[in-house]
Amino acid sequence: MPMAAQVVVVGVTKKQAAKLIRRNLNRTKVVIAFLGLVFSMLFIGSSNAAVLPIERADVLYHSYEGDGVTIDGPSVLLRKNIAGKVSVSANYYVDTVSGASIDVRATASPYKEIRKEKTVGFDYLNEKTLLSTSFTNSSENDFEANSVYVGISQDFFGDLSTISLSYSKGWDVVGRRGDESFEEEADRQKFGLGFSQVATKSLIVGFNIEHISDQGYLNNPYRSVRFLDSTTDRGFSFATEKYPNTRSSTAYSINANYYLPYRAAIYGDARIYSDTWGIKAQNVKLGYIHPIEDDWIFEVFLRHYKQDKADFYQDLFSRPDEFNFMARDKEMSTYTGLTAGISVSYEWQFSQTAIFKKSAVHFEWDYMKFDYDDFRDATAQTPVGEEPLFGFSANVLRIFASIWY
Amino acid sequence: MTKMNRALITSISLNSSSSASLRQWLMTSALVLTITFASISAIANPTSGDQSPDFTLKSRDGGNIKLSEQRGNIVLVNFWASWCGPCREELPAFEKLYQEYQDLGVEILAVNVDSEAEKANVLLDDIEVSFPVLFDTSGEVSQLYDVSAMPTTVLVDRDGNVRLLHPGYRKGDEKKYEKAIKMLMRE
Amino acid sequence: MHMRLLHKASIRLLVVACIATLGSGCASTFESINPLADLEPWVKPYERSNLADPIMSMNRNPVALAYAKHVFESREGARGADGGAGGGCGCN
Repeated sequence: MPMAAQVVVVGVTKKQAAKLIRRNLNRTKVVIAFLGLVFSMLFIGSSNAAVLPIERADVLYHSYEGDGVTIDGPSVLLRKNIAGKVSVSANYYVDTVSGASIDVRATASPYKEIRKEKTVGFDYLNEKTLLSTSFTNSSENDFEANSVYVGISQDFFGDLSTISLSYSKGWDVVGRRGDESFEEEADRQKFGLGFSQVATKSLIVGFNIEHISDQGYLNNPYRSVRFLDSTTDRGFSFATEKYPNTRSSTAYSINANYYLPYRAAIYGDARIYSDTWGIKAQNVKLGYIHPIEDDWIFEVFLRHYKQDKADFYQDLFSRPDEFNFMARDKEMSTYTGLTAGISVSYEWQFSQTAIFKKSAVHFEWDYMKFDYDDFRDATAQTPVGEEPLFGFSANVLRIFASIWY
Repeated sequence: MTKMNRALITSISLNSSSSASLRQWLMTSALVLTITFASISAIANPTSGDQSPDFTLKSRDGGNIKLSEQRGNIVLVNFWASWCGPCREELPAFEKLYQEYQDLGVEILAVNVDSEAEKANVLLDDIEVSFPVLFDTSGEVSQLYDVSAMPTTVLVDRDGNVRLLHPGYRKGDEKKYEKAIKMLMRE
Repeated sequence: MHMRLLHKASIRLLVVACIATLGSGCASTFESINPLADLEPWVKPYERSNLADPIMSMNRNPVALAYAKHVFESREGARGADGGAGGGCGCN
């Protein structure tokens, strides 16, 4: 490969250089690169320093309850800034899973498991640029995931514009409870591009693009597909899912934050998503933040999510080896999700010169509702293929205390 | 054909799969952006070296303070706001400087740019300062000095000329100001 | 069809202009071909009190945002471009 590149480099003029670049980029990428170049050309001005993330410590209790499953646990975050140039952070997070979701209830019995995740992060600020990196390890008895993240963000045009690039690589080792010999691997890469712009004294807008590609063993070893089987009482049998061993996706999102004159804020974001498995999704979120005095902050939001199924998804197949790829994981199906959330927090302001400057307690509750268009409740006692379409609701809690120093 | 173009071509013309080619365009974008930023020179502030624009602002004790009346003193004008993080660290550092140099002909004027004067107390209630605090609620004086960062520190010599214009504040910048003050005192 | 040609032509122009400028490594070349070179930041640093308010932050409570992002990502097929910092997730 290097030889070919050298042959190309010799005697290439600027015009030929331009032609080569265009030919090698497909249309979507050209649009994105075009945008990046346009912005870099338009916004020239004196660059001022960006800021490090704020120093703080948080202790959170999280809980998810829905579809027969309860997942809860703590999450602790600590961040310390050093010499105004470096910020170090550490997060310890635990999920304790108990119960059984519809997928598990159809094929197996409830279980209990613990997942522990540790992250260390490091940020470096140099005048105009913020470099961030983090390492994460997630560990449970049948899954081990490691990932590394690097990001760079640049403020320019009088600190009105911020451009950021990010890259993340992950390595997963997938196991299966009760099957010691089962061990598969999956790798993941994420590329992100973000742009944020101060539009007015009260409005910030931004957009993000993220391209993710996975490769390896990508299905869930506990999920099964079902196929018509007249030899059984129920009329169907189960077989392990078969997924492609690559997946590539692109998501585009825009967001905005607007400051209301009486000290409140409204915000919104929207995203469109598509991938090589045929899944297409869109979601939109709208929220409102209302502080009272210096102490209370109330927030409400509404989020709508809609997804079209993966090409190889079906609730019921005709035979066990009907296609090369088969899935029945409800996250691959056609469905809509609606989430409504409210939150309230109370702050205590201490002195700006004291060691501890501020502390707060927060209570956040989200209500989620999922309705599936082509996933049926296989535990229902009805003729095969006529089971009711599945749907469930979940309650998510976040209760935490924070301190700023 | 420069080194930069050569690098661009080399990185683009290698054949690859979808994920690697996406990596390519992202690398290209990053490369283009870093080169763009590297070739931008910082825009020099128009008032550096010139006569300092005069202004009159209301001060915390009720009276008005005029910059030209400070002629004969070295004046450190600092533009700050209650919502600005570095300002919180900067004010105590200025207080120290003031305690040391006030009797040696140095004046500090802290110009608060909050839209409402009471907001200044968010910091002033916690940080004791003995130098005058002025209020530029309309932002006119900030515009006059083309303030391009928060905070901004301007050093004016005994003849009323702007000698230093420092955008932003990092821990240790007060040493730069002290050095500049000492130099101006020797003139 | 015309849109595509226009699209291609404008990209062609911009790419060549960019490379020419980068090749000469000089910021003033930008200004001579850039009609927006006179553009000044329209929100001054001293006018940013609203933007500096914590309620305008995209990431007011990172620990809560990261968890919320994790909840959505484990129950939805879509992933990416959803704010919050990066981080792996081992979800079954």
